[in-house]
Parts: sequence; structure tokens; C-alpha cells
Amino acid sequence: MPTPVITANALTKKYKDFAAVDGITFEVAPGESFGLLGPNGAGKSTTMRMVGAVSTRTSGDLTILDMDPNEQGPEIRAQLGVVPQADNLDTELRVRDNLLVYGRYFGLPRAVIAKRADELLDFAQLTEKAKAKVDDLSGGMKRRLTIARALINDPRILLLDEPTSGLDPQARHILWDRLFRLKEQGTTLVLTTHYMDEAEQLCDRLVVVDKGQIMAEGSPAALIREHSSKEVLEVRFGSDKNEGASAKLEGIGRLEVLPDRILIYSDNGEAALVEVVKRGLEPITSLVRRSSLEDVFLRLTGRTLIE
Amino acid sequence: MTVTSTRQSSGGVRALYSGNARAVVGRGLLATRSTNWIIVLTGVFEPVFYLLALGIGLGGYIGGVQNAQGDTIPYAAYIAPALLAVSAMNGAIYDSTWNVFFKMHFGKLYQGMLATRLGPLDVALGEISLALLRGAAYGLTFLLVMQALGLNLAWTAVLALPAILLIAFGFASLGMGITSYLKTFQQMDWIQFVMLPMFLFSATFYPLTVYPAPIQWFIQALPLWHGVELVRGLTTGALGPVMLVHLLYFLVMIALGLVFTTRRLRALFLD
Ligand SMILES: Nc1ncnc2c1ncn2[C@@H]1O[C@H](COP(=O)(O)OP(=O)(O)OP(=O)(O)O)[C@@H](O)[C@H]1O
Ligand SMILES: [Mg+2]
Repeated sequence: MPTPVITANALTKKYKDFAAVDGITFEVAPGESFGLLGPNGAGKSTTMRMVGAVSTRTSGDLTILDMDPNEQGPEIRAQLGVVPQADNLDTELRVRDNLLVYGRYFGLPRAVIAKRADELLDFAQLTEKAKAKVDDLSGGMKRRLTIARALINDPRILLLDEPTSGLDPQARHILWDRLFRLKEQGTTLVLTTHYMDEAEQLCDRLVVVDKGQIMAEGSPAALIREHSSKEVLEVRFGSDKNEGASAKLEGIGRLEVLPDRILIYSDNGEAALVEVVKRGLEPITSLVRRSSLEDVFLRLTGRTLIE
Repeated sequence: MTVTSTRQSSGGVRALYSGNARAVVGRGLLATRSTNWIIVLTGVFEPVFYLLALGIGLGGYIGGVQNAQGDTIPYAAYIAPALLAVSAMNGAIYDSTWNVFFKMHFGKLYQGMLATRLGPLDVALGEISLALLRGAAYGLTFLLVMQALGLNLAWTAVLALPAILLIAFGFASLGMGITSYLKTFQQMDWIQFVMLPMFLFSATFYPLTVYPAPIQWFIQALPLWHGVELVRGLTTGALGPVMLVHLLYFLVMIALGLVFTTRRLRALFLD
């Protein structure tokens, strides 16, 4: 196995007495696409900031590209591309200048930056907006510019904190496509998300994080296999009747009773539905689907990802 | 599994500096294109107006003033170097206080910069240099006006140029250092509250000897007085060993400002 590019061991970040990240341990291999999946406040961004060498850990060990962020922050950051959760583009500069100036922060020669800036504008489909003001871009365009900016130093690791949050489905798909290409080119990706479809699309391997701790680790498929059934039957009886109906559903499969629906975990969803009807229950709606990371998360934490 | 607790603020220079402050300056110059030029021009002309109104106008009534060496010099030539120091100060303060305050609290510029190879010392040095450049530009303009009006009395006036660089550097550095610790608009207003009396009373318009001794000491502790005396010595040709004290004062001011700004940037953006 090649030497990991990121090694975190019992990594902890405390704000006063509160542990935002509470002793997490993981490794990321070169070229791998690694995800942190978790609900609001899980500690994803805090972890990303420590890995990005912009936040000092309280305890534990962290090695990035064989360096310690406490000692060699600038040298580590020189090799990283960072897409923060909230865009921090330079609003006083125009689109292309954002790329040029950012490249200068890395001490790169102007000629190299200029060439890359044009390639990246193309990559981000922003060539026509090169001279536009940042404030005049749409949310999706800003996000793409932020990603393009993060690539100006040809980073070995790209850190993406919720790259597609707040974007419409079409904009998300464009972004996924761009990220997929980077992955194919061998860039190591570390991303956080609370969209399970995003995690399934982009991550080779991920950790499920909750309250600053790792709940499970594995590839999306393995996690689903391990922590959920093949299929899920979703039934709705109406908000106030779900609770009562659940009593009669015992034994068909593992149950999760949510405020608006009941989930029944079974390797054969259709068969489970037949059984439900046989027991004299009449769901208003029913749906059989494959298990997803959402189900894994629910199983592990008892909570849904997006509240 | 052992938990090694980490040394909080180790790292040394390698964690703070990548030798690339010029990239920060470059960014500032590019962003300056969208500057409000009216404000810049006001900053340049304000001291010139004082010089014309007080130096030439009022000076006509007053006649001459004695300089440090007891020679009588025209009133305008007495206050001009003080106003020169003031214009360098104003330029430097303009960028290093309000501009920095907004960037610290409302923009995410520094956050973005510090996610790159730049360290907090690069950012501090770059931003301070930018403020220093504005101070130097204001000062240079004023120095040319003085030359045109024949108010540079000695050849040593050419040394006023490096002197105003030093003064601008000092004010830029301390200004940013202090601003980086301020959190509210009220606190920012205090800067203005200190600047105005300092401008009026730092031997700008009349010699310090008019004050009782304790007040003299107090004013001599303030940075502008050192700037005024340094520049006045150079443009009027009244030099003395005390110039070295002024020089030292500004060097300490620069160092302090850099240390505090770097610390603060680190605490805020690399917590
Ligand atoms: N600077 C800070 N000071 C105090 N507490 C903080 C700070 N930054 C984060 N926290 C706390 O740490 C916890 C984890 O925050 P973090 O931003 O890492 O969560 P997250 O997983 O990224 O959540 P989200 O999905 O909402 O972005 C939260 O409870 C948050 O309030
Ligand atoms: Mg977050």
C-alpha cells in the first residue's frame, strides 16, 4: 500500500470544553477520493480546516504529505487546493484576476499562472465571464470559480467542503462531472457532504461522522451492505397514524418510525409490502427502493442526515 | 493509541512566513483600481490646505520662528515639515485602520489568503507595505509642494524622503496592529479621537516649550512628535544626535506593529 497522503490519529479539536472533533482516526491514500459524511455540526468543516492547515489541533496527530501542519503550515498549504464551505472569493477583483492573484499567493511565475488561469476558466465553463465582477456571478458559477481557484497551484490534494450545497440539481451535476474528471486525473479528493447521493457518486471510501466521532468507515457499497438491507419499503399512513401502525408491523423487518413515514428494511421490498397488506394495513403511499447511505446513517445515529 | 498533546504555538518562522509579501501588495494594487479617488485626493490636499492657510496666511502675521538651534526660520518652513509628517501618517493610517477593519470583519480576504502558501507574516507585511505606499505617496506629493514653495531650507531635505517612508511604515504597522485587536465601530472611533489632538499638539504649529513640563513629556511619548521633529530637522537642516532617538522610536513601532498584527492574524484565521 502506498504511503498515505493524510494520516490523522486521535485528532481532536476543542473549543473551550466542547469537542467539535473528538478523536478521529483515518488515512487517505494518494489518488483516493475520501468523504466525510455527517449531519450539521458533526465536525466536518472543523476536520477539513485542520487538514487544510488553517486550524490548530488541540490534541492527537496529523500528518499531511509527511509534514506537520503545526510546523510547516505554508509548505503544506502550497500543495493543497481548498474549497471552503462558504465562498471566499475576492470580491474586489474580477473573475480572471481572482485566479491570477491567487496563483501569486503561491509564488508561482506569472506566465504559468496566466496559462493555467485560461485553462481553468475553460474547465469551469467561465471563459465568457473572465472580466465579470464576482458579485455578478450566480451561486453555481461562484462555486465553480472557487474550485477553479483551488486548482491554480496544481494541488496534490483537493479539499472540498460541501462543494455543491445550495446549488440546483443541474449545477450539481456539472460540478460532479468536473470533480470526476479531476479524480480520473489522479488528484486526491477529500470532501464533506450531507448529501448521500453525492457521497455515493464521488467517494471511493468514506467515514460517517456524528458529534465529532467516526461511526463507520468503508466504501459506500460496503457500508450499505454492512449496515442496511438490500431494499427498503417506505410506507405512509398519515402523520398521526404512523406510530399506531408500527405496532402491527413487528417482525416483517427492522423498522424505523419517522414522523412522516415508516421504513421497513427487508431484502425483498415487494414481499414486505404484501405482508403489510396481509396484516390489514392500508398505507396511503408505499415505495420500494434500494438502501442508501441515508439508511446507514439512520441506523448508526438514529437520526436522518438532513433535518 | 496514545494521545500526544501538541505544543500550541510552536512552529517558528516557517509556520508564519513564506517570503511572499509582494503577492499581497500586488493584490492590493490591483484592487486599488476600484478605489474611491475622491478620498485619496482629499487626503493629499488636506495638509496642503493647512500649509497655505496657516503657513502662508497666518505666517505672514507671525513672521519668523526659532528652530531647535536658535536660528530664525519662516513660519511656513516651520510647519511644513510637520505637515509632511502628518500627510505620511494620514496616508498610512487610512489603509491600515478602516480598510483593514473591514477586511478583518466583513470580507473573507484574509481567510482566503491564509489558505494558500502565505503565512500571517506575509499578509501582515504585505498589507502594511500597502498602507506604507499610500503614506509615502501622500508624503512625496507634499514634499514636492514644499520644494515648489521654497520651504526646504537645507540639502538634507532629500533625506526627508526615506524619513517619511519610515514614518509611514511605523504608522501603518502600529495602525494595523491596533486595528487587528478592535472589534466594534465605537472602538474604531477612538482612533480618530486620538489622532486629531495628536495632530494639533505634537509641535505641529508651535514649539513644545509653550506647554508645562508634564504635558511636554506626554507629547514626547507620542509617535507623531518624533515624526515631526525628525522631518523638521532634515528639511530645516537642524540636525542633532536626538535624530537617532526618533529613528529608533519608529523602528520599535514597526516591529511592535508587525508582531501584534501577525499574532492577531494567526489567532483569528489560523486558530
Ligand atoms: N470557532 C468555533 N468556536 C466555537 N465552536 C465552533 C467553532 N467552529 C465550530 N464550532 C462548533 O463545532 C461543531 C462542529 O462544527 P463544524 O462546522 O465542524 O460542523 P459541520 O460538520 O461542518 O456542520 P455543517 O454541516 O453544518 O457544515 C459545531 O457544534 C460548531 O458549533
Ligand atoms: Mg461544515
